[in-house]
Amino acid sequence: MSDQATTAHPSLPGAAHSESAIAARSRMKTGHFKWKALIPALYIVFLLLPIYWLVNMSFKTNQEILGTLTLWPQNPTLRNYEVIFTDPSWYMGYVNSIIYVLMNMVISVAVALPAAYAFSRYRFLGDKHLFFWLLTNRMAPPAVFALPFFQLYSAFGLIDTHIAVALAHCLFNVPLAVWILEGFMSGVPKEIDETAYIDGYSFPKFFFKIFTPLIASGIGVAAFFCFMFSWVELLLARTLTVTDAKPISAIMTRTVSASGMDWGVLAAAGALTIIPGAIVIWFVRNYIAKGFALGRV
Amino acid sequence: MARIRLDHIRHAYSPELAKANNYALREVDTAFEDGGAYALLGPSGCGKTTLLNIISGLLTPSEGHVRFDDRDVTMLTPEARNIAQVFQFPVIYDTMTVRENLGFPLKNRKVPKAEIGPRVDDMLRRIGLAAKADRKARGLTADEKQKISLGRGLVRSDVNAILFDEPLTVIDPHMKWQLRSELKQLHREFQMTMVYVTHDQTEALTFADKVVVMYAGEVVQIGTPEELFERPQHTFVGYFIGSPGMNVLPCKLDGGEATISGERIKLPAAIGRAKSGKTTELGIRPEFVSLVPRGQGIPVKVEKVEDIGSEKIVRARLGEHRVSAILHEDQSVPADADIAFAEERLNLYADSWLVARA
Amino acid sequence: MEKTWNNKAWFFVLPVLLLVAFSAVIPLMTVVNYSVQDSFGNNQFFWYGADWFREVLTSERFHDALLRNLLFSAIILAIEVPLGILVALAMPKKGIWVPVCLVLMALPLLIPWNVVGTIWQVFARTDIGLLGYTVDALGIDYNYVRNVLDAWVTVVVMDVWHWTSLVVLLCYAGLVSIPDAYYQAAKIDGASRWAVFRYIQLPKMGRVLLIAVLLRFMDSFMIYTEPFVVTGGGPGNSTTFLSIDLVKLAIGQFNIGEAAAMSLIYFLIILLLSWIFYTVMTNAGNDKPMTGGAE
Repeated sequence: MSDQATTAHPSLPGAAHSESAIAARSRMKTGHFKWKALIPALYIVFLLLPIYWLVNMSFKTNQEILGTLTLWPQNPTLRNYEVIFTDPSWYMGYVNSIIYVLMNMVISVAVALPAAYAFSRYRFLGDKHLFFWLLTNRMAPPAVFALPFFQLYSAFGLIDTHIAVALAHCLFNVPLAVWILEGFMSGVPKEIDETAYIDGYSFPKFFFKIFTPLIASGIGVAAFFCFMFSWVELLLARTLTVTDAKPISAIMTRTVSASGMDWGVLAAAGALTIIPGAIVIWFVRNYIAKGFALGRV
Repeated sequence: MARIRLDHIRHAYSPELAKANNYALREVDTAFEDGGAYALLGPSGCGKTTLLNIISGLLTPSEGHVRFDDRDVTMLTPEARNIAQVFQFPVIYDTMTVRENLGFPLKNRKVPKAEIGPRVDDMLRRIGLAAKADRKARGLTADEKQKISLGRGLVRSDVNAILFDEPLTVIDPHMKWQLRSELKQLHREFQMTMVYVTHDQTEALTFADKVVVMYAGEVVQIGTPEELFERPQHTFVGYFIGSPGMNVLPCKLDGGEATISGERIKLPAAIGRAKSGKTTELGIRPEFVSLVPRGQGIPVKVEKVEDIGSEKIVRARLGEHRVSAILHEDQSVPADADIAFAEERLNLYADSWLVARA
Repeated sequence: MEKTWNNKAWFFVLPVLLLVAFSAVIPLMTVVNYSVQDSFGNNQFFWYGADWFREVLTSERFHDALLRNLLFSAIILAIEVPLGILVALAMPKKGIWVPVCLVLMALPLLIPWNVVGTIWQVFARTDIGLLGYTVDALGIDYNYVRNVLDAWVTVVVMDVWHWTSLVVLLCYAGLVSIPDAYYQAAKIDGASRWAVFRYIQLPKMGRVLLIAVLLRFMDSFMIYTEPFVVTGGGPGNSTTFLSIDLVKLAIGQFNIGEAAAMSLIYFLIILLLSWIFYTVMTNAGNDKPMTGGAE
């Protein structure tokens, strides 16, 4: 049909004409440069400058750092990274952090899934109070819990284990996961549940085969936030560990007390803690805005 | 008020699309007369909303010019064009009251307060929301919200034109009638240029003085409802207008006669001599097809008869082509029948465009 | 959505309940226990009643820390919220720059908090830090270790650097959910840029902005690690916020009873804030406006 219509105006000017016309007209309308773009650009520069400075320092020798101020390494060196990657007491810090963060992520999402389902689908005795009480735990200052946690986990012989930190971080991550997942689950119409039951699905089969895929992005966002808050937290992680499970961020403070300050290694260690976060953000970049709104835009 | 002239408008949404020859509007060159009520009618994706947005200034066409009277407004903003537009889905300002919503476009244009009040009150009455004037707009139903949107468009009496983009989609059927006649009433009262986009032919034909039928990015015909019905300029207009649409039968011309699936049909002199194109088609409205006893017309196979109350629609097959005919309800349909075409109602199309009619 | 009444749903909530009971209720009971006792070391405790609470509530030190914290929260909110809105408004709505912007902006949020402290500690030093060096070179006498004002400025700028992106991301999520037709209608109605913001964008952002404000308020109220790394609470006690003070009291001075009482008061303040937060949030949810557009 469309070529019938084309034949109606055999004398139409060529497409190239339009291309230049569109470009010319959009220039006339908006001008050559969008000043508005400066705001996010400047903001990002503001965010990246301190990070750049850290990375810059991590490639310098201590003499250069303490000598004159240079905007980029004059004698780039990998020594600082070498120190970290050859010393188990350094690199095990990363391994420890990753282990308890992943443990926390799995535990938080696993227990939050059924609870979020209950909150999004049913009314039950005390549900509103329970939900509020869970939320208050997200608001609890870790400083309040540091000491009692230490005593509690000592009593169970859990001090300096990964699971101790993972469980402690559940304090604020489980409520958050429940909250995010509830938001995403409420976006799935209830008719889907009912149809599945009518079709003869058992509850577990329905939950894992039908429901879970529908809220996959929500699970991703919840896992992302568990990762984020467990990864960035230091107070509890440091309190509950001595050596075997000590997180990298706590080990970093070591350079402070050593003979003088080893700025280069400190910078390298810091720079390395940024990488896991950056990788994780890249994976959830399409959901990040909605995720930060906790699935409730 | 202004006459809107669309001077060789073409539009592609990006240079890449233009390069791929993918135009939302291929070429539109037409004018809307001052004070007319026009409907832009066509299927989804034919470019009618694009054209509307070009008139209002939300879009700048890739090529061509838009003129209001003698003024070239192609590069002007919607505000500078002084246009009102109502969208398919209700757009209301949630935090304002109904009254504030209606007054908003006037306030923005610095209309004196003393004038805003009475005009808003008048509009509140017309859209039937006077009782809810001081309620926040967010709590209202979709119907009421769309009435506010309409009211915001109509409250400005000095606009060059009012554009409607399928404004009644979310309105209940019984309300549609009421609102449409209200719009007609307003049109008669203020003599504003109105352009109304719709894909619903009933809506277009009842609202507009002139209907602009669009198809695949082009205007295929502009005419009164009668003209569209009686003289479709393009086979698409034939299909699209009328229910069922016009019968369009591919044929071969040969010495004053047409051959359709091997059946020869004598043509009136005016058509018989027409030039054929790559494709040649004979068009006739089902209203002008009659059933005659076997042997007196063109033999067909009747496949189905639909009784829709006042009339019967006969669906038949002529060779490999489908033909419909509309009969009066008390006419009987024999099992074997021939059809006959009212000669003076025949249209001949070459390459889909009307070349001759009886 | 209409929910069915089903008390069996409790079974679904049970795992969460047990876990949170273990990680929240038991520790909290310990805190309560300490708050009403005193000890002379050696795990010898005796009943002390409500005296610790009285002591904390009347202590100047607690009042100062509380006021300092409130001032800090007020300042960072006053900067981060408008700045976050501004950046969100100026961000591109579609195209290849969107994921780039989002990822770069989210970066500070995923840096361990003490590393954030370290980054700024280094960045603001006048000898080896770019910021400190530059400010110093401009002839401004700047030293965040000795000068109270400089310490505050550093801590505030650090928090702005660290958390403004949260406000940006939340506002951006609200902004992209506004259908195009709203902006088109505003153009037709001749609305000014300010009116578009005031009557379209702000109302649509309202909900997420509320989340942003309250999250930022509560988190800044609990801030510990970042200022601790940079200033250690000093100079003097000038950047000793509630959490820092609490840890000093509990671990530094090992004054467990008073620390426990302070914890509970601190927690109650936060609980009150959470309750306001929750009430406002659920009410905002009930009144969610229906929009016909492509939400």
